[in-house]
Amino acid sequence: MSFVFYLVSAMAVAGALAAVLLKNTVHCALALTVAFAGLALLFLDLDAQFAGFAQILVYIGAVAILIVFAILLTRGSETPKDGVYSRNWLAGLAIAAAVFSVLGWAVLQSAWTLPHETAVPTVTVHDIGDALVGRYVLPLEIVALLLTAATIGAVIVAMHEKGGAK
Amino acid sequence: MLGEGILKGMAETARNFAGSFVSKERLTTVEYPEERIAPAENARVFPFLVYDSADWEAGLRCVACQICEKECPPKCIYIEKSKDKKPDAVGKPQFYPTRFDIDISVCMSCQICVEVCPFEAIKMDTEFELATEDRFGGLLLDRKQLAKSNQYYHRIHPTEAAEVDARLAEEKAKSDAKAKVAADAAAVKTAASAAQTANSAATQAPVQEGTGD
Amino acid sequence: MIATMDQIFVLFEHWLVAFLPASMQPVATVLLSVAAIVCVFPGLFALTVWLERKGLGRMQNRLGPNRVGPFGLLQPIADGIKSLTKEDIVPASADAPVHFLAPLLLVVAVFMGFAVLPMGRNMVLVDMDAGLLFFFAMGASTEVSVFMAGWSSRNKYSLLGAMRAVAQMISYEVVLLLSSVAVVMIAGSLSLTKIVEAQNHYSGVFPNWYIFTPWGLAGFIMYAIAATAETNRSPFDLPEGESELVAGYHTEYSGFKFALFFLGEYLAMFSISGLGTTLFLGGWSAPFSFLVWIPSWIWFFSKLMLSIFVFIWMRGTLPRLRQDQLMNFAWKFVLPFTLLNLMVTALWRFMGDGWERWVVCSAILIAAYVIMGRVGMYREHFGPRRYRYAE
Repeated sequence: MSFVFYLVSAMAVAGALAAVLLKNTVHCALALTVAFAGLALLFLDLDAQFAGFAQILVYIGAVAILIVFAILLTRGSETPKDGVYSRNWLAGLAIAAAVFSVLGWAVLQSAWTLPHETAVPTVTVHDIGDALVGRYVLPLEIVALLLTAATIGAVIVAMHEKGGAK
Repeated sequence: MLGEGILKGMAETARNFAGSFVSKERLTTVEYPEERIAPAENARVFPFLVYDSADWEAGLRCVACQICEKECPPKCIYIEKSKDKKPDAVGKPQFYPTRFDIDISVCMSCQICVEVCPFEAIKMDTEFELATEDRFGGLLLDRKQLAKSNQYYHRIHPTEAAEVDARLAEEKAKSDAKAKVAADAAAVKTAASAAQTANSAATQAPVQEGTGD
Repeated sequence: MIATMDQIFVLFEHWLVAFLPASMQPVATVLLSVAAIVCVFPGLFALTVWLERKGLGRMQNRLGPNRVGPFGLLQPIADGIKSLTKEDIVPASADAPVHFLAPLLLVVAVFMGFAVLPMGRNMVLVDMDAGLLFFFAMGASTEVSVFMAGWSSRNKYSLLGAMRAVAQMISYEVVLLLSSVAVVMIAGSLSLTKIVEAQNHYSGVFPNWYIFTPWGLAGFIMYAIAATAETNRSPFDLPEGESELVAGYHTEYSGFKFALFFLGEYLAMFSISGLGTTLFLGGWSAPFSFLVWIPSWIWFFSKLMLSIFVFIWMRGTLPRLRQDQLMNFAWKFVLPFTLLNLMVTALWRFMGDGWERWVVCSAILIAAYVIMGRVGMYREHFGPRRYRYAE
């Protein structure tokens, strides 16, 4: 638990808090981007280079942009007139507390250190590649199939729209 | 094939780039004010007054007929006629302008003054670097600033000046011829009248002698 | 002597850092290298601004600027003074914090990309295992800043320009990544130093650069197209075209912030050209085996400036692409071709050495190019116009 960890976690938590507490929706999206960046830095702190850079590339470079586009294409960019806090905040708090307690219990149940290892194993990109086409090839192919289905679905939806307006 | 046009375009720009260092055709910039392009022969900017001999006052072709002043559409010419006359290029005594002002901030370069002048006295100049800080006085050209020699006229509009000179010479020749004919006729007339008076004197004398008998 | 010239900057750095106590030396090394990058590349930016204006001028049959200093060499300085002393106008209804942060984020993200480029033998700031991925991650961060700039200006034109810019950058990012993956497949590593090492061999006199292979040439061309689109350069500069959108996403920026955007664009051009030379043109290796005595950093920067000259050349030659033409081109031609290139690269790798692989790979790529060029860009609907109205 070094100083860097605390600093980066503070940044990630601050970003996440800002993402739910700010009034302007686009500001919220940008704060979420800061939270993503914090998460990426945490990955890098743990020497998971691939995970960290992939987090930046995918989340900040694509998902954040997607969120921002979605906000702009709907009417979310206008500040809501009756405030940002919802009326059912008590129910929300209860559910959030329940989820947090489940996750906390799961984390605390796991072992702090692995029993027979003394050093942290370094995972290089090579190892990740080996794992993906070796042990985890079935999930890889299923994810590829899912992505293809999503792409085809997007094309069909766009085509229907164009056809519908004809 | 896809991309062929792009490659041809890139070859042309490369040719432009390399050629701009060697040939004038590929570098058409004229670095004003260090270099200037000579204006075309028919270029016109503002009018000027032509004078013939070396002295600008004596040789000024303008006779202050004020036709250009009347014809000028924006009325940018102001002429004051002289009281006395002085001989012009042909020798005939003519009036001359004591004041000839053109306001070039008003002049619209329509060339009407040139077209109506019967004496080929006002022509269009090609000088355009007339900018001045004095907005009103600096753009009011007076007689001395407007007077430029015939040699200058030949330099800026060679063909036109040659034509004008030919026309003027022709007129001069015609008027000379007419003057010569008139002079000859006058000479003949004076000779005839002199002979007549001599004859009448001679005829008169015998009559007188006859009576004296 | 040759080795000294080659390593002169490294040796200089070691000599300087030796004055400090051992505990501070790693930090000092990194700081010194960062300072070097921060000084060299903006200096190169000034030179490139001058080169671009003069070069474009000559291509357009005119002189570039030649009044400020001999041959106009001090023009970038005059431009810099102008940018610094202009009034910094922030529109009254603009989103001030986002408006302020956008150019900063752009310049920071672009500068980070220089950290993994090997500029000479042993001259990388950080030799990361996943260096290539880091570079692309930083490139992706620039898209966020473009969007921030366009949205915070509260200007329809800026927003439109930003949306177009982001759409363009995302589409061509995929192409950029896929063309680099071919190189990674052959080199076997994501680390840029290892990729350069893999190309640093000579077969006879000629170098083993990846551009001299069929898949490498195809990959390089696709990479170059994607790089031009990523940095919003002509012919893909619709988002910032003056005649289309005033100035697109940096309309409302003036003075130093505009200068930062300008700097960011040129630095992005440098870093992407640097990556292109590293991946395809052999990085810092010499073109012929008898030229190895010239220092490696001279080769890297010469190749970089050559790429910049090609960028300027393209700008002087090609008219601007319309947004839909741009996107069509990306998704219907460049992306399929890049995917095919990946497969051809795999074929190259598994066919083993010999002349067969050259013939087969070249034949596949040329046939695909010709066919896709005729078919993929063909638009059949020439009928009456159909209009779609927003609900």
